[in-house]
Amino acid sequence: MTSLQQALTRGEFAVTAEVAPPKGTDTAEMMENAEFLRGKVHAVNVTDQQSSVMRLGSLASCRLLKESGFEPVFQLATRDRNRIALQSDLLSSYALGIENVLCLTGDHVTLGDHPQAKSVFDLDSVSLLMAAKGLTAGTDMAGESLEGVPTFHLGAVVTPGYEPMELQLLKMERKIEAGAQFFQTQAVYDPELFGRFMEAAKALGVPVMLGFVLLKSVGMARYMNKNVAGVNVPDSIIDEMKKTDDKVATSIKIAARIIRQTREMCQGIHLMTMGWECHVPAILQEAGINI
Amino acid sequence: MIITKAKPFPEILQSLERDKVIFLVGCSECATVCKTGGEEEVKAMRDHLEDEGKVVSGWVILDPGCNLLEARKEFRKTKEEIAQADSLVVMSCGGGAQIAQEVSGKVVHPTNNTLFLGTVKRFGQFQEYCSMCGECILDLTGGLCPVTRCPKGLLNGPCGGAKDEKCEVNPDNDCVWIEIYDRLKEIGRLKEFVASSVQVHDYSVNTNPSTLVLERDEARSDNR
Repeated sequence: MTSLQQALTRGEFAVTAEVAPPKGTDTAEMMENAEFLRGKVHAVNVTDQQSSVMRLGSLASCRLLKESGFEPVFQLATRDRNRIALQSDLLSSYALGIENVLCLTGDHVTLGDHPQAKSVFDLDSVSLLMAAKGLTAGTDMAGESLEGVPTFHLGAVVTPGYEPMELQLLKMERKIEAGAQFFQTQAVYDPELFGRFMEAAKALGVPVMLGFVLLKSVGMARYMNKNVAGVNVPDSIIDEMKKTDDKVATSIKIAARIIRQTREMCQGIHLMTMGWECHVPAILQEAGINI
Repeated sequence: MIITKAKPFPEILQSLERDKVIFLVGCSECATVCKTGGEEEVKAMRDHLEDEGKVVSGWVILDPGCNLLEARKEFRKTKEEIAQADSLVVMSCGGGAQIAQEVSGKVVHPTNNTLFLGTVKRFGQFQEYCSMCGECILDLTGGLCPVTRCPKGLLNGPCGGAKDEKCEVNPDNDCVWIEIYDRLKEIGRLKEFVASSVQVHDYSVNTNPSTLVLERDEARSDNR
């Protein structure tokens, strides 16, 4: 059992943060960023060609982090690989000692830096979860038996700010039936909205970690409001960022406050740091979170 | 209907660099509706090519361009004009261009790019509703196709990306999964979708190039 899984199973408040592999082979910065998270988080998510931008692979980065003593969460998107490659990567993941897998569909290629690429989407997040769960039961999607069976701690994502919320909950339910054991949400800045979402989601009985993107600037908040679906940074928070002389301190304050406000509603926090991994310790300290 | 879009004329002209005498082939059906290969466009192409110093030995509109027997019949009638031509310029879909090559044995140059299987919304306005996946699930999805109308072809519900019920990939389009959800609620079929097993498409049902041969009796019957 992974430490993330242990924390969620024991009902401890779980903490994860995200690192992004580099565009290129120089992993020094990714590893330095991860150092800020050492001892502060249960696991480190590694993004898979995030926003459809070609980068160093998630699986290789997960392994590098594991060798440095971190517990990775392998993010695996269906956009770039068919069911043969996805299942193969799942087996590879287990063989490399990586059992936390976050199963995603992934952004469309037209949103990234290789818009000419062919989108695969042979499976979607739900069928990927089903395939992964199937592997843990010893068979692949073709029904063939495996020699050596992996175990996984399977995660999925959900967007609490989605309208209509019921449709997002239906998809969440489908993911759980397919094999999802935990959820990390799209970024939420509105504790009241998150409360309403969790009111409905808690009946599904699977742990949910609140997703939170660290706000680096007013421009970033506005950009997300305009372009990132299901994300709404309220005006009050934008004002707070606007008025401050110390963006970092204010950003930390906002993050810590939202974690405190939502802590009782959910089972953990997932910090999407966008290169601000160095501020994670301060946020967690101010939020009173110790793992 | 097969939706085609004309290539830019300079590109067509460039493809004809080595050819002097041209025979033109149009299509009476899809390409006529798309204004890419009907009589009007074929005649306009003839004029453009002649303006550029080409000789057009003749032209024919096949009914339709993708029918091998029709091409055989019409090409027999225009045998001499085709024989004179250095190449055929085919103003139909990619299927029609290949039929023209197969039947005539000539070099063919397509004037169109073939885009999708389209429905006709109104005159000159086409939309892709079906991508011929070979495994129709419209009964489960309230008569709206997520394979085609969701850019990711999601079969098990929406992504998290819709904003104001619009698709994140192309905000001009409504998110088809929200439309499916609304429709299933309206017709009281949401429960069936929720209870359905995880949907996975079987790509083996239509591996390229597909063929279909009707049994003799099947071909003759009126399908009742």
